[in-house]
Amino acid sequence: MKQLIDQVKTAISEGKTLRIEGGNSKAHIGRATECSETLSLRDHTGIAPYNPVELVMTTKAGTTIAEINAELAKHGQFLPAECPDFDGSATIGGTLAANCNGAGRPFRGALRDLVLGCYLINGKGEHLRFGGTVLKNVAGYDVSRLQSGAMGTLGVIEEVSFKVLPRPAMEITVSKTCSAEDAITTMNKLAAGSTPLSASAWVNGTLYLRLAGAKTAVEAAMAQLAMREEDAEVWASLNTLWQDCATEGRYRLSVKSTAAPSGHAQIINWGGAERWVSSDATLAQMQQAAAKMGGEARWIGAAREDEVNPALPDALKALHKRLKQSIDPRGVFNPGRLYSWN
Amino acid sequence: MNLVPQTHSTESVAKDLAAVVPPHTLIADTETQVVYECDGLAMYKQPPMITVLPESVEQVQAVMRYAHQSGIPVVARGGGTGLCAGAMPHAEGILLSLAKFNQIQHIDPLARTAVVQPGVRNLAISEAAKIHNLYYAPDPSSQIACTIGGNVAENAGGVHCLKYGLTVNNVIKVEMITIEGDEVVIGSEGLDSAGPDLLALMHGSEGLLGVITEITVKLMPIPERMQVVMAAFDDVTKAGNAVGAVIAKGIIPGGLEMMDHFAIVAVEEYLQAGYPTEAQALLLCEVDGTPAEVEEHIAAVTQVFEQMGATSVRISQSEEERQLFWKGRKNAFPAVGRLSPDYYCMDGTIPRSQLANVLLKMAEMSERYGLRVANVFHAGDGNLHPLILFDANIEGQFETTEEFGGKILELCVEVGGCITGEHGVGMEKIRQMFTQFSETELTQFHAIKAAFDSANQLNPGKGIPVLKNCQEYRSVGGA
Ligand SMILES: Cc1cc2nc3c(=O)[nH]c(=O)nc-3n(C[C@H](O)[C@H](O)[C@H](O)COP(=O)(O)OP(=O)(O)OC[C@H]3O[C@@H](n4cnc5c(N)ncnc54)[C@H](O)[C@@H]3O)c2cc1C
Repeated sequence: MKQLIDQVKTAISEGKTLRIEGGNSKAHIGRATECSETLSLRDHTGIAPYNPVELVMTTKAGTTIAEINAELAKHGQFLPAECPDFDGSATIGGTLAANCNGAGRPFRGALRDLVLGCYLINGKGEHLRFGGTVLKNVAGYDVSRLQSGAMGTLGVIEEVSFKVLPRPAMEITVSKTCSAEDAITTMNKLAAGSTPLSASAWVNGTLYLRLAGAKTAVEAAMAQLAMREEDAEVWASLNTLWQDCATEGRYRLSVKSTAAPSGHAQIINWGGAERWVSSDATLAQMQQAAAKMGGEARWIGAAREDEVNPALPDALKALHKRLKQSIDPRGVFNPGRLYSWN
Repeated sequence: MNLVPQTHSTESVAKDLAAVVPPHTLIADTETQVVYECDGLAMYKQPPMITVLPESVEQVQAVMRYAHQSGIPVVARGGGTGLCAGAMPHAEGILLSLAKFNQIQHIDPLARTAVVQPGVRNLAISEAAKIHNLYYAPDPSSQIACTIGGNVAENAGGVHCLKYGLTVNNVIKVEMITIEGDEVVIGSEGLDSAGPDLLALMHGSEGLLGVITEITVKLMPIPERMQVVMAAFDDVTKAGNAVGAVIAKGIIPGGLEMMDHFAIVAVEEYLQAGYPTEAQALLLCEVDGTPAEVEEHIAAVTQVFEQMGATSVRISQSEEERQLFWKGRKNAFPAVGRLSPDYYCMDGTIPRSQLANVLLKMAEMSERYGLRVANVFHAGDGNLHPLILFDANIEGQFETTEEFGGKILELCVEVGGCITGEHGVGMEKIRQMFTQFSETELTQFHAIKAAFDSANQLNPGKGIPVLKNCQEYRSVGGA
């Protein structure tokens, strides 16, 4: 840890910029940036002694999602956000920074929902603790959750504490062939009722649902839905979309779950709230479409100079700039990774 | 932080404000303003200079622009049920009440969202959503009176947050007015947005970063069935272990609450909920879901409680009985409050494994300070609410109570917990912030505050302590 802080301090004094890197699994997410050097957390790993009944785990930021999953599995628990593990290379720090979550997200929350606290190295080289290692804490601003989506522009996440849960007793995937429109209606109707859903998606003309919970509940729902049983492979394949975008870029639309499908070739995840679109449209065009759907569009693909995130209104943009200034006054961390102007 | 200079008379401010908002939205006389002088923590009182009850977003913007130009502090107020003096007015400031923003603007049953104004009461959302078989999950015990704006500002919890999360987990979008009077939209109707999570930052920010004028919340389907297991124990340690044992079974109950002997007796005397008064600890464990699932979990939970040494176990047999079991818990504060002229509610969090240890140390302190304590506990998520009984009319007793309370919070931090789980820091826990955070951390908080409010006009003096008081507080704490 001292090494990390020293590298940050040296960078500050020498006027350098740092590219924060975990497993480097998400090099394609965000804008292409040029930094003087890399600050690597790859070897900054380790899971603190963990007591399953507390439902809390604390790890160093470089610990991989795969390692975390393996440790939790030993105790019948799991990370409810089901974060993509990028073939074992994704770290918890990078995953939080990129706000990267799996199929269970609408039902069980994102990593940001699970985060309880973190240690951060700010742009002055100070090592700071926010939040805590208990399930509830509202003292001070929530700087830990703020890190979600910041792509490392608001400091180096050094350690993270997060909530974990027992694995559901039973989980079954079922499917049926249907149109995107019908899939969206079904997903939302079921989510508004008592079906014990833990994921729903529409891929290549097929609606997939995952049922989770007590055995009796899952079995009753299966009987009621009368759909064909599937293996769980589809959820893992949806997780690898993030990764696949490195070679084949896509727009990721985060929209109202009930929004009618846009006319593009797409995969629908998150009960309708996440749509992966392959299109030659520009970000601005895509953003216009997404705004009508109650949300926004981002480009996930080979890192580029152009903006990858939607433009912000002036007042909000000014807030983002001042917030960056407040944590990283000299702009040491990942300059331009999120927006060209920050 | 710079203190705002007192250069304004109430008359001149009233006159200036009357030029930008309708005069009937202003209250400048002392008598009418008495109702605003404190929140739910009545020991802290301060009448405002002037109160405004705006009726539109434009009026909020006008007030903010005026305040900003004139350097006048602004304190937002929702239902005034806060327990940390967060909504306590500023003597030279404007109290901005959101009481007239009481409309539920839209419910979308299929998308399961509600767009509401900040002054809408927490329970009103669930009441309005009921015809769609939906509800808003976070349920603070104050839910009949507290507002959703105040819930966002405090990141309020409730008895169901182990399973359904806090306010931050149930809000997808807010609109807020900055101190400059600009409108900013944070979040969307989707589940996430690019960039740092400003939505999370707004939660629990205690009115220090902006005034929230609209909120989009997530709604959940009402579970088909809910049932409560009530288990009595002759020892708090056993009850604490039983909580862990339920979770070890892989069950996440809808709610899991504990009360100590003192609280049980107080509640039973107050409203006859059928609590076993001889018990040293009582657990209320609610499971929800499909009927089959509930049946399965009720059986499992009952078995766990019996194995863990419960002296009696009762299962609610009807919706009325379930409500009755909860009624006791939800009225624990007033029930305990009846036993003493005044009571003071603390809000520390601890790792659950520390429960017995903390309760024991608290009992020792209670002895030492000569003040009685009752404990209600969101046991599932480690959030303690010790209620210290005192009499404000006895000279110096509130000061002793505060010191005792402060020691409890320090103990929570010592065992790995935090000074507040859901009530917030406000004015009240400003000293204990030094226990939980270092000076560099507090300096970072001030820098974030300045990014939103560079002149420190929004709810000044709350939430984050001024560093120059640090030495003074630390030495008092060490005494
Ligand atoms: C009997 C009782 C039981 C309680 N039980 C619980 C419980 O179980 N869980 C829990 O979490 N809390 C509980 N509370 C505490 C309290 O109800 C919550 O903190 C609640 O969220 C406060 O809401 P309010 O509308 O009353 O806010 P207020 O007290 O009016 O204000 C609270 C804070 O929010 C700010 N604020 C209010 N509205 C806005 C706005 N629109 N924009 C920006 N800032 C704003 C204020 O400036 C202040 O800092 C309880 C209180 C009582 C009295």
